[in-house]
Amino acid sequence: MAPSLLPWFYVVQRFALALLTLFIISLTVFFACQLLPGDVAEILLGQAATPEAVAGLRTAMGLDEPAIQQYVNWLTGFLQGDLGTSYANRIEISELIGGRLVNSLKLAGVTTMISVPVALTLGILAAMYRGSALDRVISIFTISIISVPEFMLATFAVLVFAVWLGWLPALSLSSAEAQSWGELLKAYAMPVISLSIGVSAQMIRMTRAAVIETINTPYVEMALLKGASRSRMVLRHALPNAIGPIANAVALSLSYLVGGVIIVETIFNYPGVAKLMVDAVATRDLPLIQSCAMIFCVSYLSLITLADIVAILSNPRLRK
Amino acid sequence: MTEPLVSVSDLRIGATTDSGRRVEIIKGVSFDIAPGEMVALIGESGSGKTTIALSLMGHTRTGCEIDGGTIRLGTSEITAMTERQRAELRGTKVSYVPQSAAAAFNPSKRIMDQVIEITTIHDLMPRAKAEARAVELFRALALPNPDTIGSRYPHQVSGGQLQRLSAAMALIGSPDLVIFDEPTTALDVTTQIEVLRAFKAAMAESGASGVYVSHDLAVVAQIADRIIVLKGGEVQEEGDVEQIMHAPSHPYTRELLSAFEPKLHASPASKEARPRPIIEVRDLCAGYGHMRNGEPLAKVLKNVSFRLERGRNLGVIGESGSGKSTLARAIAGILPPYRGDVLIDGQEMLPDLAKRSKEELRKSQIVFQLADTALNPTHSIGAILARPLTFYHGLKGRERERRVIELLDMVQLPAAIRHRLPGELSGGQKQRVNFARALAAEPELILCDEITSALDTVVAAAIIDLLKELQRELDLSYMFISHDLSTVEAICDEVLVMYKGEVVEALAARDMTAKAQHPYSRLLISSIPQLDTDWLSSLEQDPELVKQFALR
Repeated sequence: MAPSLLPWFYVVQRFALALLTLFIISLTVFFACQLLPGDVAEILLGQAATPEAVAGLRTAMGLDEPAIQQYVNWLTGFLQGDLGTSYANRIEISELIGGRLVNSLKLAGVTTMISVPVALTLGILAAMYRGSALDRVISIFTISIISVPEFMLATFAVLVFAVWLGWLPALSLSSAEAQSWGELLKAYAMPVISLSIGVSAQMIRMTRAAVIETINTPYVEMALLKGASRSRMVLRHALPNAIGPIANAVALSLSYLVGGVIIVETIFNYPGVAKLMVDAVATRDLPLIQSCAMIFCVSYLSLITLADIVAILSNPRLRK
Repeated sequence: MTEPLVSVSDLRIGATTDSGRRVEIIKGVSFDIAPGEMVALIGESGSGKTTIALSLMGHTRTGCEIDGGTIRLGTSEITAMTERQRAELRGTKVSYVPQSAAAAFNPSKRIMDQVIEITTIHDLMPRAKAEARAVELFRALALPNPDTIGSRYPHQVSGGQLQRLSAAMALIGSPDLVIFDEPTTALDVTTQIEVLRAFKAAMAESGASGVYVSHDLAVVAQIADRIIVLKGGEVQEEGDVEQIMHAPSHPYTRELLSAFEPKLHASPASKEARPRPIIEVRDLCAGYGHMRNGEPLAKVLKNVSFRLERGRNLGVIGESGSGKSTLARAIAGILPPYRGDVLIDGQEMLPDLAKRSKEELRKSQIVFQLADTALNPTHSIGAILARPLTFYHGLKGRERERRVIELLDMVQLPAAIRHRLPGELSGGQKQRVNFARALAAEPELILCDEITSALDTVVAAAIIDLLKELQRELDLSYMFISHDLSTVEAICDEVLVMYKGEVVEALAARDMTAKAQHPYSRLLISSIPQLDTDWLSSLEQDPELVKQFALR
């Protein structure tokens, strides 16, 4: 193989692996849902249903077919964009999720735009001036944030900004209908603040660790012995070699934004996918649960795969 | 006499240990360097030679600090300067050639950018001019393709080339002083010659002074004008190269020199006729990577055959990549060979270690190069030695304890050491424990993989003596892998010369230098530096031969 094609070979390999993982996840999600107790038709029709009605509904919903067949139907539908129909309210799931997904992505997007630059800057600064007062302040901040559970942070934010200060609304429901920029800002502020703080703390620590590791290498000492300034040593010599680990740290933290925001969305009553999934569990809406789970897995996988690809492309040994 | 370029007086450097204790590592060192002079700092690990060299650039490694004394370079008082002022000197007045260029080049930047970085940092000249000067230096350092080598990445050129490129990097700012920190230690001997020649020529041309840090007196004899012998952070002796070589006054210097005296191994006369060889290897092939049609992707060993009589020692020599460590791993079954036979004491061994019986495993033991990585840092020495005793001989309790003490006694270590952790031992002590662990199995054959390479010469010589003594007492046979010919001469009866996975020549150790026939063996033997200041300049090697075999 031509050496210049080698990185792309690894990229394709990563994609193939991601697809395989996704397939295994779809199996797990589907059959895990099958294990849930209770017959869907009985639940839907309520206690007064006649056995004939239940049997009729089961046939209509395709629940009589073998599990494998149901899985194949669901997967082919899923691949064609047909996510099925919600059990609870007979609405197309794609319709139910569509708006919610946009909301969740908006939240994740705003949080990313704020937290990534802040986290990288602070992480690199902490590494650059290791042992200094700045480094200690950043470290104390990040360690205390990491050790506080998410719901505590969110609840504190409500207590401080909504209850005591009264600056921001405690609920985020209005964000979709926000008219002006000010209102939009207000609607997003609380969930974004809680999410950004938690997510950045992790990224700061991991960025700092990745940069410090490269600062301790002989080639950074060599740069020092060439008379390079500290910022040149870190930015020109250490950082390019820390891109791989940093990209992974960022991806890990961000993937949490899509899948792990359940608590934050629930506390602020934010109409995102995670909130939808929590509601779906309450109503035993299996197709909806499956679809939400798949969406979380897809976003998680794409972020991790993206980070791997960045790491592959930034590896000089694979360049021509 | 002219004003010296560098004056160091009463230099004291202290270090803070992990436990917060202050220790003095440089204890009042003074010396001068004249303009154009090359001074060598010689000493063993821990003698402070690198610490002193780095302090000439105003740099100390993490935890170290200059506590007293003065360093003057030209008109600058380095010890009195701020970090920013020192940074201005680095690269322009004093520059550095690192021990391992492979590690000192940033893997993600092109070579040219790194070589001319000094001119960018200090704004010395425009980029085009800097690049032209770099190419000139590449040419002077005899690098191949001087016009294009700069556009490559560090991993695309060989170790010897990188080491010369790092010299170009040091010389680009026309410094007054160049510090060479063990720049050829990590290189193979055939490569070392060319690198040393290039350094010598480039330094002569630039007219700069130099400091050459090394533990190898023979290398220093080729390149230095004056030698300073260090031990424990103090100067032991200082003098011209000739004087140090031929009339050393300090006992420590004499000890260092005596390590160079050839000590030929006299094999104990074979007492009786032995029925079968302790090890016989036939057409052994091994490699790494995916297996395809029963052959691995990267074939390393190619049809290696030899036999060794009981009670005799076999040396395996060759340069990095020659497959000598792979041979040991294949015999031990750590890397199962894909073809060929291994017979130990007449018994055919299964290729895979896991399939061999306990008794077969017991007969041959392997000792690895780095005791640091071979000994579990969280286990006490007693526990490390007890494990094979239980595994092979089922010993327990007091009996096992007694045997541990006995083993420690065999390798001349005090019994109390069994309560300590490997981290609390010196390098030589750790290697003895590493060896005692192999002895615990009561083997008949011991595979020694470069076991003295990481040790200082004096310590290594003591280990070799220990090995010989144990052989007499325990009727052992050694397979001794090394890149160091004099070590092999000191302990082995027979020698295999390996090159690219093949045995190119097998001969008796005592007449290795005189009777080697194969061109590669001759090249390898002639490349070993001698304790003679004219050795490098008078050495003539057939350029065709060098081109064919030297791993440059």
